[in-house]
Amino acid sequence: MVTASNSTATAAAAVRVERRWRRAREDALLVLLSVPLVLFLTLPLLALVVRAAPVDFLSNLFDVEVAQAIWLSMATTTTTLLLTLVLGAPVAYLLARRRFRGHAALDTLIDLPIVLPPLVAGIALLLAFGRRGLLGQQLSILGVDIAFTQVAVVMAQLFVAAPFFVKAATAGFANVDREIEYAAALDGASSFQVFRMITVPLSGAALLAGAIMTWARALGEFGATIIFAGNFPGRTQTMPLAIYLGFELNLNRALTLSAILLLTSFLVLFVVKVLLRQRLQAWSQ
Amino acid sequence: MMWTLKRGYLLVAILLLAGCSLPGLSANSDAKNNVTVFAAASLTDPFRDLALQFEADNPGVDVVFNFAGSQQLAQQLAQGAAVDLFASANEAQMRAVIDTGRVTEGKQRVFGGNKLVVVMPAENPAGLSTLQDLAKPDVKLVLAAKNVPVGDYSLAFLEKANSSPQFAVGYEEAVLSNVVSYEENVKAVLSKVVLGEADAGIVYSSDISPDVAGQVARISIPDSLNTLAAYPIAPVSDAPNLALAQKFLEFVLSPAGQAVLAGHGFIPVEEMD
Repeated sequence: MVTASNSTATAAAAVRVERRWRRAREDALLVLLSVPLVLFLTLPLLALVVRAAPVDFLSNLFDVEVAQAIWLSMATTTTTLLLTLVLGAPVAYLLARRRFRGHAALDTLIDLPIVLPPLVAGIALLLAFGRRGLLGQQLSILGVDIAFTQVAVVMAQLFVAAPFFVKAATAGFANVDREIEYAAALDGASSFQVFRMITVPLSGAALLAGAIMTWARALGEFGATIIFAGNFPGRTQTMPLAIYLGFELNLNRALTLSAILLLTSFLVLFVVKVLLRQRLQAWSQ
Repeated sequence: MMWTLKRGYLLVAILLLAGCSLPGLSANSDAKNNVTVFAAASLTDPFRDLALQFEADNPGVDVVFNFAGSQQLAQQLAQGAAVDLFASANEAQMRAVIDTGRVTEGKQRVFGGNKLVVVMPAENPAGLSTLQDLAKPDVKLVLAAKNVPVGDYSLAFLEKANSSPQFAVGYEEAVLSNVVSYEENVKAVLSKVVLGEADAGIVYSSDISPDVAGQVARISIPDSLNTLAAYPIAPVSDAPNLALAQKFLEFVLSPAGQAVLAGHGFIPVEEMD
């Protein structure tokens, strides 16, 4: 009796050890397989930060044009993100929850700005909203000129970046368990309450990932912006434009600007991910 | 079976397409008869014509171009791009490349000139007729950025006009306050004007090619206020194909080459000062 229970105990211990070994082997393999891509992605970024001399970094940070570019980038990308959330969520919900004629076409249409070269996006925006554009002509008569303004900067960012959120949110909404929504509706929740209290929290991770992609893409936006909004320091010169023009003027300055862009993006993305993930976990429980 | 066959064809088609769109690949395979030329964006049209003639005169030879702002080309040269010839829109960027050692001092030759002109959309929405009109309120003016040669010359024109008695006090400041964008290259300035987004822009006279001439109106800038831009060309000291580079350079300076440049609005060398 005693020996029997002993032997089962040792057998169980052996299984546990074996499992731990297996896990360790898997971990080692996984790390080994991940190294090439991680190295490839981080090495150029590291080279940028290393080349940007710390002295230049500080003096550039307090340069008026650099500060203007940082501020303009932050203000326009925040606006773009808010607009994307408000305008993109309904489209994503429509795509995730309704089947209709032209569903596949609409879904594909949303993909297009992602594949379009940004320069072409800029020209398309000009042809639509420029002074002689399809819609721009009417706007111009009303005294509204969009090109060369901050509105144009936001529109360029919205055009190229909004699809990222819509794609992610569509997938997120589609994965929410409909039974829970039905249960809430049965308990008397209104459609909007169900959306706000059930759908959004349950698809929170996907929405967050989409929002981050959109913000990051908007922050790096260059081609559409320089065509549609032009380049004017303090008005339409965002960080990528300042970096591009700086690259031709002074390589060191461009490098420090790039390092600033990288570090701010990293900080913002990191903080948002950590903070919001905690909030989301608390929320969905 | 059919299905996989079809997919195979599709794959081949895609690969062929990809191959066609990568001129770099085919260019490298036969480097002996290639001459790679880095040329200022403003030289795009005349240099393409020159290349056609040069290739016709020298069968089997391929002229490969990289057109961009001179400052960008100078940066790429400084970073070690493999190039045979460099044609700059100004002395400053040629000087920058000489300083990096990629071009030997004394090898550069001026091959043509260019000057500034104010352009407006053909229907002239702001109703501009004189250089003084550029200072009128609410004119949307587009200039090239100051690190682009033409942008630098545009600022020099405004500075000279400012101290000329023919222009009102504060002319330079008034015009600069009308600038809505500093574009990254001269072609972008012209595009904004042709598209009608800007009321006026300052470009090189050579930028107004025959196909845009009908779409723009222009105001000339007198020589006393203008900057005559001298375009230098030089073989790169470690050119992979130095002999061919030298041959193309001679062709640009030959009467035939100079005639092509003149046809595109450039000032031939013998007419410069």
